[in-house]
Amino acid sequence: MELLLPEFGLVIFQSIAFLLLMFLLAKFAWKPILAAIKEREQSIDEALNKAELAKQEMARLTSQNEELMKEARAERDLILKEAKTLKDNILNEAKTQAHNEGSKLIEKAKIEIENQKKAALAELKNQVSTLSLDIAERVLRNQLQDKAKQEDLVANLLKDVELN
Amino acid sequence: MDCSHVFEFKVNRLIVVFTLFLALFSATPAAFAQVDSVTTDSTHAETKAEKKFDIGKFALHHIADSHSWHVIGHTYINLPVILYTPSGLVTFSSGDFNHDDEATVVVERKGQRFVKMHEKIYYASEIANAHGQYVELDEKHHALNARPLDLSITKNVCTLFLSIIVLLAVFFNVASGYRKRKGKSPKGLQSWMEPIILFVRDDIAKPNLGHKYERFMPYLLTVFFFIWFNNMLGLVPFLPGGANLTGNIAVTMILAIATFGITVFNGNKYYWKHIFMPDVPWWMYIVMVPVELFGIFTKPIALMIRLFANITAGHILVLSLICLVFVFNSLYIAPISIAFAVFIGAIELLVAFIQAFIFTILSALFIGMAIEEHH
Repeated sequence: MELLLPEFGLVIFQSIAFLLLMFLLAKFAWKPILAAIKEREQSIDEALNKAELAKQEMARLTSQNEELMKEARAERDLILKEAKTLKDNILNEAKTQAHNEGSKLIEKAKIEIENQKKAALAELKNQVSTLSLDIAERVLRNQLQDKAKQEDLVANLLKDVELN
Repeated sequence: MDCSHVFEFKVNRLIVVFTLFLALFSATPAAFAQVDSVTTDSTHAETKAEKKFDIGKFALHHIADSHSWHVIGHTYINLPVILYTPSGLVTFSSGDFNHDDEATVVVERKGQRFVKMHEKIYYASEIANAHGQYVELDEKHHALNARPLDLSITKNVCTLFLSIIVLLAVFFNVASGYRKRKGKSPKGLQSWMEPIILFVRDDIAKPNLGHKYERFMPYLLTVFFFIWFNNMLGLVPFLPGGANLTGNIAVTMILAIATFGITVFNGNKYYWKHIFMPDVPWWMYIVMVPVELFGIFTKPIALMIRLFANITAGHILVLSLICLVFVFNSLYIAPISIAFAVFIGAIELLVAFIQAFIFTILSALFIGMAIEEHH
């Protein structure tokens, strides 16, 4: 069972060599390797987290945009509606105003016409009376050139007065 | 912690090995028939000699440490021998032994005489025995001579250094990747190693150690990659690999001692209270305290034995399968033995990872138990 007996030389070499190997690897290999792996894992985690956040931000922005669009659309509709009612109002108002104005004018015209008519009638009356007087004057003048006729007339007139 | 998958795997492994052996035995009669037909032509003396091929000795020789590194054929790399003796350090090439491994060649340095037997160096005896060996042997053919303190650069030590160079090169490269492409996705070797580093962190350290896991990450990562790389290196059958480093008890012992040390030095008051003053009636202490104290040591010992046994067993299995060719003394057995060796090799590739994983997760579990806060 020589296999089970450790050789002194190999024990010494193995212990020294293994310790040296462990020291060298720990200092120049494991430390930088593990640190780099850890750093990379952290940066990957960070990047993933950031991506997730960005995604959430994007979703938020999209929904916000949607909201804004909806709002804008509603506002537009409202404005349009308002404009329409305003237009209708103006139109209606204008219509009624025009109507009123028209009727007023008609009324005025009617009154004017009436006035004119009255004035004309009065004028006519005046003219007629003047003319009648004129005519009457002339007739009278002609008729009253003789004395008999004048007396006749007066008599007639007096008759009339009596009759009254 | 749920360790059931670990045991499940062990059971699966046992089943695989068992069926494999059953398959081998069922194939044996045909193979034997072939061997018989082949060997009848050759002389009886040869057959006897070849049938004596000792599969156990061969396998144990190959998984043991060595002072020279076999390249190919008769080409060896002679590794330096460094001995600490009463008269100071003695160094010479292992080639001076002339590839003798039975203590027949004596090397004399600084007035001291050394022999090598079964890849171990002994002070040589004054005179040779009947077999020309300069050692005294007991009845089991083990050398009784004294041994100098052997600090040689053996095959395992070479592999240890090689694996450390590979580990440093790989992970310095990976670390530089993180420096150059800061915060960017991994590339090349970096992307190959990162999932495994993350696996150690997220599936081994975090579940067992809780929020204090970061302190123990360097140890867990080092131990995991050290075991895994060396397990894989051990599976390579030719030069840069071939050593059985993680299947060597000295190596697994140091690793287990490291886990033991970290556990003991990081144990909090709850951990020690659980051991010395468990919540049981006082008269139970007579049983409980020794059991718990014993438990502190059995855990790392189990770690040590588990890794050593699993890796060594894998190597022995592959070697034994290859050896079937020599055992049956027939080349016709080669396809079968290669097929099974490839199959076991594939399993060993998995075992290389699983054993590194088990050692690391159990270390994390033991440390986690010691630092756990109770409220």
